[in-house]
Amino acid sequence: MIAHLPVLQVIVPLMAAPICLILKRAQLAWLFSLLVSSLTLLISILLLQQVMTSGVVSYELGGWQAPWGIEYRIDKLNAFLLLIISAISTIVLFAAQTSIEKEIDKNKHTLFYVLYLLSLTGMLGIVATGDAFNVFVFLEIASLSTYALIAMGEDRRALWASYQYLVMGTIGATFILIGVGLMYQMTGTLNMQDLSQRLPEVAQTRTVFTAFAFVIVGVCLKLALFPLHHWLPNAYAYAPSIVTAFFAATATKVAMYLLIRLTFSVFGLSFSFTTIPLQTLFMALGLFGIFVASTSAIYQNNIKHLFAYSSIAQIGYMIVGFSISTVTGLTATLLHVFNHALMKCAIFLALAAVVYRLGDVQLNNFHGLGRQMPLTMAAIVVGGLSLIGMPLTVGFVSKWYLLTALLEQGWWPVAVLILFAAILAVIYVWRIIEVAYFKEPLVNQAAVKEAPMLFLVPIWALTIANIYFGIDTRLSVQVAQAAAQSLFGVTP
Amino acid sequence: MNLSLELMLQLSIIVPLSATLAIVATGHIPNLREGVTITSCLILIYLMVNLYQGLSLGATIRVFWWELLPGLTVSFDIEPLGMLFALIASFLWLVTSCYAIGYMRCHQEKNQTRFYSCFAIAIGAAVGLAFAANLFTLFIFYELLTLSTYPLVTHAGTENAKKAGRTYLGILLSTSIVFFLLAIVSTWFVAGTLDFKLGGIFSADVDKIIAGTLLVLFIFGIGKAAIMPFHRWLPAAMIAPTPVSALLHAVAVVKAGVFSILKICVFIFGLDLLSVLPTTQFLLYLAGASVLLASLVAMKQDNLKARLAYSTVSQLGYITIGALLATSSGIIGSSMHIAMHAFGKITLFFCAGAILVSLDKSKISEMRGIGRQMPLTMFAFFIASLSIIGVPPTGGTWSKWFLMMATIETEQWLLMVVLMLSSLINIAYLLPLPFHAFFPDLSSNRESNKKANKKANKYSKKATSSANILTAIPIQEAPLPSLIAIVITTLACLALFIYPQPLFELASAVLSSRE
Repeated sequence: MIAHLPVLQVIVPLMAAPICLILKRAQLAWLFSLLVSSLTLLISILLLQQVMTSGVVSYELGGWQAPWGIEYRIDKLNAFLLLIISAISTIVLFAAQTSIEKEIDKNKHTLFYVLYLLSLTGMLGIVATGDAFNVFVFLEIASLSTYALIAMGEDRRALWASYQYLVMGTIGATFILIGVGLMYQMTGTLNMQDLSQRLPEVAQTRTVFTAFAFVIVGVCLKLALFPLHHWLPNAYAYAPSIVTAFFAATATKVAMYLLIRLTFSVFGLSFSFTTIPLQTLFMALGLFGIFVASTSAIYQNNIKHLFAYSSIAQIGYMIVGFSISTVTGLTATLLHVFNHALMKCAIFLALAAVVYRLGDVQLNNFHGLGRQMPLTMAAIVVGGLSLIGMPLTVGFVSKWYLLTALLEQGWWPVAVLILFAAILAVIYVWRIIEVAYFKEPLVNQAAVKEAPMLFLVPIWALTIANIYFGIDTRLSVQVAQAAAQSLFGVTP
Repeated sequence: MNLSLELMLQLSIIVPLSATLAIVATGHIPNLREGVTITSCLILIYLMVNLYQGLSLGATIRVFWWELLPGLTVSFDIEPLGMLFALIASFLWLVTSCYAIGYMRCHQEKNQTRFYSCFAIAIGAAVGLAFAANLFTLFIFYELLTLSTYPLVTHAGTENAKKAGRTYLGILLSTSIVFFLLAIVSTWFVAGTLDFKLGGIFSADVDKIIAGTLLVLFIFGIGKAAIMPFHRWLPAAMIAPTPVSALLHAVAVVKAGVFSILKICVFIFGLDLLSVLPTTQFLLYLAGASVLLASLVAMKQDNLKARLAYSTVSQLGYITIGALLATSSGIIGSSMHIAMHAFGKITLFFCAGAILVSLDKSKISEMRGIGRQMPLTMFAFFIASLSIIGVPPTGGTWSKWFLMMATIETEQWLLMVVLMLSSLINIAYLLPLPFHAFFPDLSSNRESNKKANKKANKYSKKATSSANILTAIPIQEAPLPSLIAIVITTLACLALFIYPQPLFELASAVLSSRE
């Protein structure tokens, strides 16, 4: 059983998805999905333990040997990501049934869980697999189910947002496919491990350059890296709230993982960062992203939009850490992947609770909410402080690592810019706080009550995690550091 | 009770913080809620006194909480300077709570539970900051202090209060995030540690330019010290209820700022390094300009609290100067000034609040002749003013004496002139108020008063009767709890002149204490 963990990680939710259809009753489907998701969480924990103690786990699908058959290859990096994805999925599912009751038609509830599990499968698959073509397959599974999930939003604009995402996402996926095809043409292999050994021989050909350009742009589209981010705010804002909470915490993280995997493992550090000026390019894009998106966030009145833009800015931070291309820089990025998942999931779940009570998340609806939904608002405040990077929250830990990484390289002007960007975060977070705590409740909202327990428990579990991992950083830092070191080939 | 000193140290931070929970829990019964506040004040003072005794017996009191990242710990270590600051903050918390009970009830403020709970967090943060054993711990409590005082500043919830809150938070958070955090990370990077150590943590061959830049970043980053041009938050914060202005914006918050500067000067840079840095002189002049300009601006303010706020900005400049002069008398003077100014300024704010509550006056121009209604308050105001100015028989004399000595020792003649000039301006903006309060008729405005009376006579006969009432005004002092608080702090101002010995010992132990 233990030997089959890597494949079970993906197969379990994949098999469970159609079973949901058979279950029919929404409540049953919910409990079943929750069970399945918890199972994937358990598997990911076991996998992480195994990887941390005994190194890389390789699994040959169907018993076909590695370069020919499909290999699932779990090292520290993807074990970490698997844990994040399955943990977030499980926590989000707790609140799912309550939330979709208000937002999605009754007859679509079962379908919702089917799609949810499929997109979970897709994300886990992208991360677990060691095969470049397999990545594309899972990417499509994840994307297609995501488009449908977004389109389920009750606002009619959800259809448009989903369509926008569909177009951009398909372009991204196609680019990745073209890139993978070109790589296959040059090397005759699709296995990542194999690719990384064969690519250097042909590295100086135009085809490999083209392949690199295609996959990187494709992944960056999925990542919503500035300036390829236009699909994201609407997709986040008009999707059902629970879907937003799930995606905000996982989807971009998976793309970030792909970017790291492709540049570091497949193409190799020297090709990605020396032959091609990726460093300068990403550093500039990351910084631009941080400032443009944070500034846009300040002007949003739909709070989901606001935090969506904030997500784009946070991706900028990850990219800056990534572009430093040192162990500390990559550690900062990986830490931020983990930490940002915690904060954004908490915030978007809290917003889901607000939607549940009020039906909308316009800033105007937040009047006096601090008194009416104290626990929910407190969670948003903690999440916001974490975004700003206050000490004792997770945001501080990743910021600290990012600053240290920048200073190590002597790039203090960038460090100053990063710090300045935090002020923008203060502004957009404080707009909400002022309205929520210093305005009287609107007349038609006088009877609004605190969110139900099924919301509060997951929200506060995440909020406490936000603080806990800001204080006890052993787990997150250790794993992120080990993953970064192994990517650089440094033996700790 | 027989608690170990280490436990007491932890309790002194935990008690105020956990008092918050108790205050929230008992929020619906005001008397019980205030009982909780007072009880935790008393416990805190008990702890402080014991810690002080332990420290003066030469005990080392260290506590380690946890390690955030390798080498980056949250830990505490009591040394004389921190003890001094914590003692003052906790003692004045009791006095202010007493005052606040009178003030808040009489003024019928809303959201009193939020008020008392945030107040308790702020004190916990101040104590934590005082006992911090490294820069990182200090930074945590520094930010906690900013965040916990924000709801107090915006207490009224009005549009103005929100605007002031934005200025408050904007300046304090921005400076701390951009400058202070950068300075901390860079220090960590250059020195490899953030632990406070007497004599500094930088190696002797550190690049002077880098260290000098770091010093500038620190001084700018600690926005709570209100060095111009980062002082705007302090006048803005005056929109808060008076007890907040009194304890937080004359004692806890601003003193946390200058305390951090002192601590960084002595324990991160070390006096030897400080005196040779290229930027020290520039910062000294900046602080000097801050002292002088703020005093001048204070003269122009008609709102009493705004005037006091600018006066605070100016007095904080004194402490920064003392720290940057990098001599032992400068450090002693600064440390003592933290205490002396605390007692003086809190009394002044108490008086301002008392006037607001009893007579509903906040403008200085309206306060002519109120000495008859509030003789005790105005007398207290007079004594406290003397202490701020620095003349006998008040405590402020001593700290200003040492600061002057320091400027002479280092031959900073320009700064000496600045300090003297500023003291003169202090006289000009503080003393007229009690003077006019007691002797309204001696002022040049007598003519216009008479004219006004005549006018009033012309229009109605009732006016004369109201004028009669004015002459026979009954005494209308502040509520009793508030009055007690005023008397206590005023007596402290006087007592510190006669008996400054313990304070002086603590202040002079800062530089000599341990390894």
